Amino acid sequence: MLLAVFADIHANRQAFSACLDFARAHGAERMICLGDYVGYGADPEWTIETVMGLVDSGAMAVRGNHDNAVGSAAESMNAQAQAAIEWTRGRLSAPQRGFLAELPLILHEEDRLYVHSEASHPAKWRYVQDSSDAARSIAATPAHVTFCGHIHQPALYSMSSAAKMTSFVPTSGVPVQLLGGRRWLAVLGSVGQPRDGNPAASFAMYDTGSREITYCRVPYDVETAATRIRENGLPRWLADRLLIGR
Amino acid sequence: MVKPSIEAGAEIDRFTIGECVHRGGMATLWSVTHPDIAVPLLMKIPRVSEGEDPAAIVSFEMEQMIMPRLSGPHVPACYGTGDFARQPYVVLERIPGKTLYGRLGDLPLSFEETRTIAGKIAVALADLHRQNVIHQDIKPSSVMFRPSGEAVLIDFGLSHHNQLPDLLQEEFRLPYGTAPYMAPERLLGVRDDPRSDLFSLGVLLYFFTTGVRPFGEAETMRGMRRRLWRDPHPPRELRADYPPWLQEIVLRCLEIEPVWRYPSASQLAFDLGHPDQVKLTARSERLARDPISTVWRRRFNRGLTQPKPKADLAAQLASCPILAVALDTAEGSEALNEALRVTAQRILATLPSARLACLNVLKLGRVTIDRTLDEQGNNKHIDRMVTLKHWASPLKLDESRLTVHVLEAIDPAAAILEFADVNHVDHIVIGARQNSFVRSLLGSVSSKVAAEAACTVTVVRPPRRAALREQEIASSKNPDQVKV
Repeated sequence: MLLAVFADIHANRQAFSACLDFARAHGAERMICLGDYVGYGADPEWTIETVMGLVDSGAMAVRGNHDNAVGSAAESMNAQAQAAIEWTRGRLSAPQRGFLAELPLILHEEDRLYVHSEASHPAKWRYVQDSSDAARSIAATPAHVTFCGHIHQPALYSMSSAAKMTSFVPTSGVPVQLLGGRRWLAVLGSVGQPRDGNPAASFAMYDTGSREITYCRVPYDVETAATRIRENGLPRWLADRLLIGR
Repeated sequence: MVKPSIEAGAEIDRFTIGECVHRGGMATLWSVTHPDIAVPLLMKIPRVSEGEDPAAIVSFEMEQMIMPRLSGPHVPACYGTGDFARQPYVVLERIPGKTLYGRLGDLPLSFEETRTIAGKIAVALADLHRQNVIHQDIKPSSVMFRPSGEAVLIDFGLSHHNQLPDLLQEEFRLPYGTAPYMAPERLLGVRDDPRSDLFSLGVLLYFFTTGVRPFGEAETMRGMRRRLWRDPHPPRELRADYPPWLQEIVLRCLEIEPVWRYPSASQLAFDLGHPDQVKLTARSERLARDPISTVWRRRFNRGLTQPKPKADLAAQLASCPILAVALDTAEGSEALNEALRVTAQRILATLPSARLACLNVLKLGRVTIDRTLDEQGNNKHIDRMVTLKHWASPLKLDESRLTVHVLEAIDPAAAILEFADVNHVDHIVIGARQNSFVRSLLGSVSSKVAAEAACTVTVVRPPRRAALREQEIASSKNPDQVKV
């Protein structure tokens, strides 16, 4: 089965639409959403409705820290993220807030694990920044591959049977076979707010049969997404950073 | 996990096991057959039991990832892989014959034979690098030849794929490879520079022509590190008859700093294919190693040999193309040749590692007997070479970046296409024919080249005003011709 895995959509309608279209056009049979549906972007209602629709038709979704912050004032965030979450909270309906609150932090499916930040302490929202962070996550699960997001920069880590780590920055469009002899952590880039210097939306496709993961980059209408952020009075930097992918 | 036993007659994924062909330290090789595959096959099975070298597993994983991605005549075709979950294996096309290792008893080989062998390996490396793979273990036992003559590279267990995770990068603290052939930067942990393969090929060239390994056979890290500052004895010190062009090539491959080597395997293959055009520098004349002061400076000025950030292999190769400009000295107009020079200049200005081959075709008649001398008794071939060099001189190219070639042929377009093919030219620049009368009779060389070349072709026309003037002249001579 061909999975499409999306992380950190962040209420960016233009980016998520473009990724969904791309994934469907490339034969994606099942959608996996790794959290942070809201925050930063200007279309939280549409984004949550879309994810709810996907879940109704068989998609899997976990909760991210921004989704958590909608229902919990205790979540600590930087000032701009906080401003965006407060704006978002006022936009969402009760059923939409309820949907976010009820999402699990972690989901298992066959030999795969889905989580927003990393697998060792999902509620601590730790970033996977290097091989030692990745090793901690991989050691916490028996899964062959863990999919996560949160850091907005794509990376692929592996642990050999001798517990040695490798790290890799994936090349978009080039499938990588996740060899059975080792275990993997696939860190996805962000759909709605890429931070690796490339403004194109980032997600991944995974073929469960051949165990091949392909990181994808999809150009989208960044100007409209940025304009929507400015029009809604959100911090300007949240619009500007989309244009440069930082 | 029940592992099927490997023995003659056993079957794995419809491959039937035959005889065991080889038992190596890292893997065993078995001949296998498959009902749907006609070519002879080998199954490579890693040694993974307790107590075996962990490198055997990792290098098998690299082959498992890389082999299915490779194609073309310079690698064995891959027909299947099996995972560790059941039975790890890779099934590859079986290349007949022996590796170059079998020739070690015949060393030193003749200069000409070594040139041919190394040229074929350089072509194979160029094809491999184009596919984003650096072999990292070029040595005689990694090279075979097809019956048709092409070099085939084998054993990709230590290779690096620029677009796949490098499982060897962080697994081992010591560099894995074959000590006498290992490039100096490998000792610093650099695994993504294609010029490391050119260094190894330089070691092979040196060894095959002198019978001596340039850096000995030291296996210790300390012994190997000497090559970071100590240059080898120049081949001419060992053999007085060593051709300067070959020493130039060998010592350029063996430069300590990758940036001083050939920028690409294609450019090395080009020099090996045109020994008379190799630009001879001080390297070709050296009779002794560098003085001790130079060696000490290298040893204690570590800034020279610090590893660089991760390289983009495709971008690196794209920065050093072989460019061919086809000039029509006899009939070409001044304006057209000037336009060709402007175009070439623009390309070369953006790509400081590109090299330029200037071509001219000396057209032979289909029936007439050609004379090598013109009416004045000058050698036509040499005249054309002089003209080509004169055309190129305003480009002010370093001689190592420029070659001139006069091709003799009945069909100029076919000659240009063949040159581009044999020499792995990346980009042809050619002038559009101006005289529509001649074009209508003979067909356009540029359109045939543009249509049939395997590489990029730029067809150049002179600036509009000059072109119009020439067309007016042409049409006044042939008033019935339609202007195109």
